[in-house]
Amino acid sequence: MMTPSVKTPSAAIMSALAIAGGIALLLALPALLSTYYLGLVVQMLIFALFAMSLDLLIGYGGMASLGHAAYFGVAAYTAGLLALRLGASVWLALPAALVAAALTAAVFGFLALRTRGSYFLMITLALSQVAWGIAFGWRTLTGGDDGLTGVPRPALGPHWSLADDTSFYYFVLLGTAIGAAVLARIVSSPFGYALRGIRESETRMAALGYHVKRYKFTAFVLAAIFAGLAGCLYAYDNRFVSPDYLQVARSAEVLLMVILGGAGTLIGPAFGAALIVLLENLISAYTERWLMVIGVIYIAVALFAPRGIVGFIRERRAKPAPRPEVR
Amino acid sequence: MTFWLIQTLNGISYGMLLFLLAAGLSLIFGLMKILNLTHGSFYLLGGYLGLATFHRTGSFVFSVLAASCAIAVVGIVIERIFLRRFHLQELPQVLVTFGFLFIFSDLATLVWGGNPQTMPKPAILASSIQLGPFFYPSYRLFIIGFGVLVAVVLWWLQEGTRVGAMVRASVDDEEVARALGINVSLLFTLVFAVGAFLAALGGVMGGPIVGVYPGADFEVLLLGFVVVIVGGLGSLKGALVGGIIVGLLDNFGKVLFPELALFTIFAPMALILAVRPEGLFGRE
Repeated sequence: MMTPSVKTPSAAIMSALAIAGGIALLLALPALLSTYYLGLVVQMLIFALFAMSLDLLIGYGGMASLGHAAYFGVAAYTAGLLALRLGASVWLALPAALVAAALTAAVFGFLALRTRGSYFLMITLALSQVAWGIAFGWRTLTGGDDGLTGVPRPALGPHWSLADDTSFYYFVLLGTAIGAAVLARIVSSPFGYALRGIRESETRMAALGYHVKRYKFTAFVLAAIFAGLAGCLYAYDNRFVSPDYLQVARSAEVLLMVILGGAGTLIGPAFGAALIVLLENLISAYTERWLMVIGVIYIAVALFAPRGIVGFIRERRAKPAPRPEVR
Repeated sequence: MTFWLIQTLNGISYGMLLFLLAAGLSLIFGLMKILNLTHGSFYLLGGYLGLATFHRTGSFVFSVLAASCAIAVVGIVIERIFLRRFHLQELPQVLVTFGFLFIFSDLATLVWGGNPQTMPKPAILASSIQLGPFFYPSYRLFIIGFGVLVAVVLWWLQEGTRVGAMVRASVDDEEVARALGINVSLLFTLVFAVGAFLAALGGVMGGPIVGVYPGADFEVLLLGFVVVIVGGLGSLKGALVGGIIVGLLDNFGKVLFPELALFTIFAPMALILAVRPEGLFGRE
């Protein structure tokens, strides 16, 4: 269970100030950063949203998915294909992409949610490979290995293009902010508390009259929609979609971001994502052995930071009831 | 007709390699509940080590044994030092095994480069033999026979020996097995080592027909999961039958529907998940 944080008035003011300062900083960034670093922040925001969507599953629902990139990629391909082949505007392509992600998650969730634990990990992984296989193999539709090139940056209207980096940054910031706000609303709603209950004990929640499977299914589809939003933003950012969007390594990477940040906190996975994106860019500038470095990071997180950054900070503050480990 | 026979034999021989991989994956999963993503690395490293040993010694049999034993030791180290402490905690397990998958993948590229390599066949099995109307590579037939032999040995180990009985008991109920005085933690290490050995064996034996190349670790790992899902968790029979089914689907998919090759494997898997989630030979 989450320990409701009891704040003294001054602490409340401090955290309100911190949030206001954070928002002001994010709004001012285009004036402060060079194009390169602004692009880096765009990536951080996108992966923060992606990681938060997975946190809804892992941290709140207790469903550790190893195939979350499937929805990221399906949405990216849908948005890319609609824009490239049909010339659809962002107003059509983006909602359609989210629907595609939700439908994929409905099918995969139907199959995977009969299982739990390690078996759930394996099945979500295998199912995400179905999506990868289609993206990789069906060359006439998806371009196969070459991917979809030239995905245009969205335009909100005939004279309102988001092609320049500053307006695109604000577009991504808005998308991530909306996603984060809705996710925060979900986890603090009765639905969110029911999910936490299911994470702790499915049988008890079932005995209390909750339709456990329906709750898990709903969470699974909701998480996929936000992953899809992140995938679309990433496609617009790269102007490119490839099978890499749905590969296992990406699913594992977002899992790492969630655990590194601290599952079940939303804000933690967002910071975990930002940290991994930053490390990836810094380290690959110095060495070609990025894979080896990230491999060591995976193991180090499991060994030394199983509750993540946020969990570590909470333990240091010695709160009376630490959060139980997410299994 | 000849086409179908040849492709069927090709599919079965590849299926036998998948069986070697999936048997360990399935046993490790059944006993320890670990989703071992490093299993693909065991296959890849086994293949490369076998190749390197063969270039030094020229002996096929010695290379097979040396590489498989070396990887079994790697497996023991990973299980003892890194996985033991995370018993039944699937998230740290995934992080650790995925981390090693990345590290070994990069290590293999660093040491052996990015080009695909093929292991030479042993001299006796280098030719083709006549099977009625057509000729067929004897090495592939040997792989099929070898797979059957491994299946029989594993079946005997599991059903006919004391250690096998202990493994079966621990799969059924670990706590009771511990209470009865069975050294379950030693069994964990043993099964993990055997699994790593078999995966490496698949990598070396597959060297002459599918080659060793960067990315093979991820590729066989995913096929191995499909085999386990189709065949059923913790079941040797499931790994064998599942391996042959997936080997055939993979082969015919690639030959007949190249664009949707992966789909021909994953669609039947999704179907089995829908109607029989525990797999063909898995228990409820």
